[in-house]
Amino acid sequence: MAHGPAPGFSRWLYTTNHKDIGSMYLWFSFAMFFIGGMFALVIRAELFQPGLQIVEPNFFNQMTTLHGLIMVFGAVMPAFVGLANWMIPMMIGAPDMALPRMNNWSFWILPFAFAMLISTLFMEGGAPNFGWTFYAPLSTTYAPASVTFFIFAIHIMGASSIMGAINIIATILNMRAPGMTMMKMPLFVWTWLITAYLLIAVMPVLAGVVTMMLMDIHFGTSFFDAAGGGDPVLFQHVFWFFGHPEVYIMILPAFGIVSAIIPTFARKPLFGYSSMVYATASIAFLSFIVWAHHMFTVGMPLFGEMIFMYATMLIAVPTGVKVFNWVTTMFRGSMTFETPMLFAIAFVILFTIGGFSGLMLAMAPADFQYHDTYFVVAHFHYVLVPGAIFSITAAVYYWLPKWTGHMYDELMGKVHFWIAFIGLNVTFFPMHFSGLAGMPRRIPDYNPLWADWNMISSVGAFLFGAAQVLFLYNVIKTIAVGRKATTAVWEGSHGLEWTVPSPAPYHTFTRPPDIADDDPHLVAGTP
Amino acid sequence: MLKLSSRWFAWTSSVVLAAACCGVAAGEWPLNMTKGVTDVSHNVYGLHMTILFWCIGIGVVVFGVMFYSMAMHRKSMGAKAANFHESTTLEIIWTAIPLLILIFMAVPATSTLKQLYDTEDADLDILVTGYQWKWKYEYLGEEVSFYSNLSDASREQIYGPKEKSTDYLRDVDNPLIIPVGKKVRFLVTAADVIHSWWVPQLAVKRDAIPGYINESWTFVEEPGVFRGQCAELCGKDHGFMPIVVKAVPQAEFDTWLGEQRQAALAVAEAAKQHLSFDELYSQGESVYNARCAACHQPNGAGVPGVFPAIAGSKVATGALEKHLATVVHGVPGTAMQAFADQLTPVQIAAVITYQRNAFGNNMGDSLQPIDVVNFTQNQ
Repeated sequence: MAHGPAPGFSRWLYTTNHKDIGSMYLWFSFAMFFIGGMFALVIRAELFQPGLQIVEPNFFNQMTTLHGLIMVFGAVMPAFVGLANWMIPMMIGAPDMALPRMNNWSFWILPFAFAMLISTLFMEGGAPNFGWTFYAPLSTTYAPASVTFFIFAIHIMGASSIMGAINIIATILNMRAPGMTMMKMPLFVWTWLITAYLLIAVMPVLAGVVTMMLMDIHFGTSFFDAAGGGDPVLFQHVFWFFGHPEVYIMILPAFGIVSAIIPTFARKPLFGYSSMVYATASIAFLSFIVWAHHMFTVGMPLFGEMIFMYATMLIAVPTGVKVFNWVTTMFRGSMTFETPMLFAIAFVILFTIGGFSGLMLAMAPADFQYHDTYFVVAHFHYVLVPGAIFSITAAVYYWLPKWTGHMYDELMGKVHFWIAFIGLNVTFFPMHFSGLAGMPRRIPDYNPLWADWNMISSVGAFLFGAAQVLFLYNVIKTIAVGRKATTAVWEGSHGLEWTVPSPAPYHTFTRPPDIADDDPHLVAGTP
Repeated sequence: MLKLSSRWFAWTSSVVLAAACCGVAAGEWPLNMTKGVTDVSHNVYGLHMTILFWCIGIGVVVFGVMFYSMAMHRKSMGAKAANFHESTTLEIIWTAIPLLILIFMAVPATSTLKQLYDTEDADLDILVTGYQWKWKYEYLGEEVSFYSNLSDASREQIYGPKEKSTDYLRDVDNPLIIPVGKKVRFLVTAADVIHSWWVPQLAVKRDAIPGYINESWTFVEEPGVFRGQCAELCGKDHGFMPIVVKAVPQAEFDTWLGEQRQAALAVAEAAKQHLSFDELYSQGESVYNARCAACHQPNGAGVPGVFPAIAGSKVATGALEKHLATVVHGVPGTAMQAFADQLTPVQIAAVITYQRNAFGNNMGDSLQPIDVVNFTQNQ
């Protein structure tokens, strides 16, 4: 192609190229992952032993708040959007995203949102200190003045997410190559399509709830102030109506990634493609009707409690179908265990463990005992770290040769995997025990009863953090000196992205590829 | 070679880590939820264990197949990939079986839930109110109420290398006393932000929400002391808001209730006495450290942008009446609470005297308990 990237910084500032924007999203997310991770290490350092040693309780709360917000909105979501930008056009045979100019915008407003959020640390009164769920009236009445900046930052992130989602839907529905029917799309495309609808449905809810907060703080309304006729529980209902689908936004694309990687390295087609699609859609639907399971202890009527309990238990069924399908894909395959496969297998095992604790949490009477303890912290980190972070890491290793044209260092990748795997389990598994033994979450100091498990958790956290430095080094090394990658890269490769050269040229599929009815490229395990 | 080295690494590092952890930490390794002491808590525990065993069972089957495949169906073992990728029968089976398990679990879960919600026919009602960062307990119809704060012993151990006691951060100055063999109903609410009143051994956890009154109950059969903590992030001192419930025989409970009523009379009596400046100052200092220092800091400097300073502040160096009004009524919408019924008139007089003369304020004036009584009665 005649048109290459523009020279210098303007290439990145003005770019409308889906690959450039994908890379920027991924690097941004990587940076946020490290910042959010550092906040987590402050938390774990303080909790290494009982007593207050390193930080004051108020700063501790700022760390927990920023850790949560940055990991959710700064690390996981942009990473998935970055992967979508890079891969979806290449997977469906499109030359670019449907709305490239908006794509540029949806990325570039993000750094401003996060600069604003992080700058609150340096403001008088400090950063937001009310947890990532920012329950009113703590966040509307007793929060530092920087809460207004937090609200503005949330608005910008939400706008970015919605723009990204619109772009992805438009791309998938309009830009598929001829012959690429919906039921031929790779699962990553399917899961992102469903995720994008979730985003469009719930991001305005988040925007609504922070706007109501803004009104309560500055304009004298009483949405959440009981003394003025408002309702603090209303906040939780609105927040979790956003927040529960949000946790699926952070996991559905991961399902797509793993459904690409496991067949490749098992050299066998994905088992139950269509049931995977239906299961994803069912999970997305169920995610809208279970929000109140985050609030079993607020004093809902018995009937409401029962309905939300049953609906929550039901999620185990489609999620189970997905796990069974992955396991059956591995069964009687011809497996090899390159780094992406290791991360994908760890995903299936650990995500399933997180699913088990989720099922336990669904039991409302037992949830009374688990709620707001470290058991919950263990649960959602087992879902989010192996679920979102491991799948993103797997995706990076899997597609890095396609992006850069270079192979990563396999040995270093495996070392990264094992340190991360051990670090993760050493960090989060003991939290099940400290939680069951009665340790509330979000406390800066605790009774000696939980000291041993906390010490182990802290050691694991630093191990996990160290592993990520190795990851960064490996990525840079790949770009700089990695050996040349082939077009198909993996023996069991499948999908259109493996038909373009490595590195993927700046412009791909300017002429749509021909897709035959039984195109071998779309069927996993038939290279 | 490649495989060997990474596996070698995994094993050695986990062994080293395990050894390191055992070396530094010796003590209890609590693993499971408490069985608790009430019928409800036993049912909750049973439910927890049943679902846990179901999960372990499913895990063994699923991971078993997975590890079998990983061990036997690897390319290096010469495994040839099969090509099957669909089986409607299989997929119906693994949708139906989990559904049956869930229905099986929903039955005990529902009955325990109903039990938790059955707050009728209580023998004693206690109103529990959450404040930043303390609990107030009110025995309805008994004219007894008091506040429950983190104990001084725990507070002194927070900073520094001091050995932490067994009940560190789980000890209070005034525990909640309940009679055994009686159904006690808790009415739970909050005065400022959302808290959550949780005692694991009673399996009671209810959010304390401003504007709401939530209900819960317990029936304790044997005397004992049960500890818990606030379980909803409620601000800076969320981690320092313990709950202690002491169950005692009915006779002992009645005696205690009588003593509480006597103590209330004694407080009223004490408000009439005249105290010297030094008495007020020194008593004020201890009240300050127990009740004010958490926000305004022990040196009175406050936290800029969060909690105002006492040293050189407009309130502590301005009109006495305004200072008194601030302490008695608090400042709505901020963490400054109304201390009118949290502190006795003697304590209020003392702490105001202290604040006006400590931290370089040197106002030279003081307040008598009777002034506080007159002020609150005239409002």
